[in-house]
Amino acid sequence: MMAGLSREKTANIVLALLLLGVPLAAVAAGEPFYVTLATRIVILALAAIGLNIALGLGGLVSFGHAAFFGLGGYVAGILATHAFNGETVLFGLPSTTSMPVIWLVAVVLCGLVALPIGAISLRTSGVYFIMITLAFAQMIYYFAVSWPDYGGEDGLSLYVRNTFPGVNTAQPLPYFLVCLGVLAAAVCLFWLLRGSRFGAALEAARQNTTRLSAVGIAPFNIKLVAFVISAMVTGLAGALFADLNRFVSPSMASWQMSGELIVLIILGGKGRLFGPIAGAIVYVLFEFALGGITERWQFFLGLMLLGVVLFARGGLLGLVAGRARHD
Amino acid sequence: MTDAILELTDIRKSFGALKATDGVSLDLRVGEIHALIGPNGAGKSTLIHQISGSLKPDSGSIRFQGQDMAGLDMAARARRGLGRSFQISSLAPEFSALRNVMLAVQARQGSSFRFFRPVAGDRSLTEPAMAMLERVGLQDRARVPAAELSHGERRQLEVAIALALGPKAFLLDEPMAGLGPDGSKRLTGFLDALRSEAPILLVEHDMDAVFALADRISVLVYGSIIATGTVDEIRANPEVRRAYLGDAA
Amino acid sequence: MSAALLIEQLLNGLQLGVMLFLIAAGLTLIFGVMGLINLAHGSLYMIGAFACAAVAAATGSFWIGLAASLAAAAAAGALMEVVIVRRLYERDHLDQVLATFALILILSEGTRWIFGSFPLYLDIPPLLQGAVPLPGGGQYQLYRLAIIGVGIVVAIGLYLLISRTRLGMRIRAGETDREMIAALGVDIRTLYTVVFALGAALAGLAGAMVGALQSVQVGMGEPALILAFVVIVIGGIGSIKGALVGAVLVGIVDTMGRFLLPKLLALALPASQANMVGAALASMLIYIVMAMILAFKPRGLFAGHG
Repeated sequence: MMAGLSREKTANIVLALLLLGVPLAAVAAGEPFYVTLATRIVILALAAIGLNIALGLGGLVSFGHAAFFGLGGYVAGILATHAFNGETVLFGLPSTTSMPVIWLVAVVLCGLVALPIGAISLRTSGVYFIMITLAFAQMIYYFAVSWPDYGGEDGLSLYVRNTFPGVNTAQPLPYFLVCLGVLAAAVCLFWLLRGSRFGAALEAARQNTTRLSAVGIAPFNIKLVAFVISAMVTGLAGALFADLNRFVSPSMASWQMSGELIVLIILGGKGRLFGPIAGAIVYVLFEFALGGITERWQFFLGLMLLGVVLFARGGLLGLVAGRARHD
Repeated sequence: MTDAILELTDIRKSFGALKATDGVSLDLRVGEIHALIGPNGAGKSTLIHQISGSLKPDSGSIRFQGQDMAGLDMAARARRGLGRSFQISSLAPEFSALRNVMLAVQARQGSSFRFFRPVAGDRSLTEPAMAMLERVGLQDRARVPAAELSHGERRQLEVAIALALGPKAFLLDEPMAGLGPDGSKRLTGFLDALRSEAPILLVEHDMDAVFALADRISVLVYGSIIATGTVDEIRANPEVRRAYLGDAA
Repeated sequence: MSAALLIEQLLNGLQLGVMLFLIAAGLTLIFGVMGLINLAHGSLYMIGAFACAAVAAATGSFWIGLAASLAAAAAAGALMEVVIVRRLYERDHLDQVLATFALILILSEGTRWIFGSFPLYLDIPPLLQGAVPLPGGGQYQLYRLAIIGVGIVVAIGLYLLISRTRLGMRIRAGETDREMIAALGVDIRTLYTVVFALGAALAGLAGAMVGALQSVQVGMGEPALILAFVVIVIGGIGSIKGALVGAVLVGIVDTMGRFLLPKLLALALPASQANMVGAALASMLIYIVMAMILAFKPRGLFAGHG
């Protein structure tokens, strides 16, 4: 049993070193494209870590987290576009190209949107919860599609990447390091939450809601707070993703994106600290490697996913490290 | 002011045409074990659910420590000091025995909205939890996931969790169910001592245990209480003998 | 705004509702009997549309295409159930979501592989071309009226099937107690396959009929599927009646919202802005209605079980 734990830790350390080492090597070898690929991995992992708080710890199968990913993206896109044009945003609020400010706005906005969505969705559970979160995400998707001021269906381009104090974000490697820093912070947040009193209550809510009520902790409040925190982290990832691509479109909020986020978690291992990172690495590399060979890579992704669901239920880290322990 | 800590007055609950609870009134007094017995389908579980807050009565009132509990959900009633155990073990299966009890200790201490301090090394949680496991004799199994405990051990763990809440009253739903003779005997001795800490409303099928423990017994048949009294009174009650105990008793 | 225009929009809403009912009825039946959430139900709708378009193009007959769509969707559904879905009944909802999400990827890419990336087109059959006069002076497409008729016939047929036939009795038994019906000696595996194929055929029928109104393309299934989710969340999962009421409600609210909201806002805002805000609000309207219904009835209007 102890061997199982240390094997997961070893796998985590290997993943962390790879994530830092490969882009550095790529720059040294003059292949900056791989840095961009690694940045994509880091940001998707961040989004999935956000979802993992709700899904992995709380057992809340949100099929609508792309909504927050998209919202975060639009915050970056909208603030930056107005700043570029020297305009203010709604109601005379100042626009900005400063990443920390954009992140803060994205996180707060996602929290504010997640609060009512969570409060309504959490009145239900099980299949209802899955369908309702999916429906609310679709609502935000269609809103983005039908609002022509910010590009509608065509999306919104950012003319230059936003700025971070003391960092030249236009270069791939510095931007990668900024994103990696945020990811590291999110991993710490997840680790702290999981070990805390809140985490204990949240994990108990996943396993047995009645038990949690019977000791006097209201499951609804615990789940709602988890849902909101989870949306905030995913929203932050959305803001970073918009800056990576210098483009944001409704597809960031689409149902496919929501599905992909769940897939990242399941590929890596649900509820595990590095699960989303392992999942994002495999997913992006799979897309990159197979996408180079065949246009039909999603067909094979589907087959692989089906295989994982039917035969490897603990995800990849589950295969490496054995069953998760909660003692 | 009586010394009743829990007071049910004329509780009614119907499911369609079925009157599951038909005008039940009973109370639980300080220092006593009040056993609730009745044949299968008499409505014991429905009544327990209404007391603990998972079902809402159609009419009638439930007062706990003098306060009306209408409108309070299960969690709120537990916070006010109603410690319940379940007929079918209801635990967090992936958590170890210790973490199951720690959850109750944490709930008793107040806020679960503490996001950063790790619980694993938090002695204000682990020590009281361990003490409760020792009281029920589970200390050697503290690190074992609840799902891997034996049936009897899970029953013990249920009791440890209820204890850890430091409740003002216990609501124990068939704690002896599925225990062997030795287990029942041990638990009987344990509950006997527990009544001085807080009174117990005990739903139980094991008649030996009920007769050994109860200060008072209420007999529930078809949703109504047909008799309440001491062990001797219930044993002698002809209506109870006819409706429930049968000729064998 | 004339009365004829209003009636036309109402009929459009009803027609959308009927389509949603055909999809939602299968979804809700499958959930009610097997406890399965099937995201790939939208793919069966797509398969129906492709089968109809391809066969109609090859034979020149919409009607042969329509029959082909029913057969293809039912066969695809039965195959899906036997090969994969059967393994998911005992799994949790997350596994069901993931496996059926994987099926969407496989079926969408597979369809693109066979038919290419360009949309197919399907003509309205000659018999149903043309329009009928509406009271108040307008005209309405005969084909859309026919779709509404098909929806009514299917709704009545489903009602009779479930309340009057042996199969329906088994379905009802399966909804309340799976072990009981196994004890009754009903071959539950066959029952599940039949129910799944029935639901698939309804979705395929919807896809084929819509195919003549819109282009037939990969990705057409999922937006319809998500609307069908809204329908059954509103109606109550597992309830066919709920699916019918929810579908008509969603169809009419969505259509009338898109039609009326910009006009209403134009009373207060400049025309261009009213159109923009109205369109954006209208696209959110059904979800707002869903949220309001859930706030009062978390298990939907006709809450069953599960």
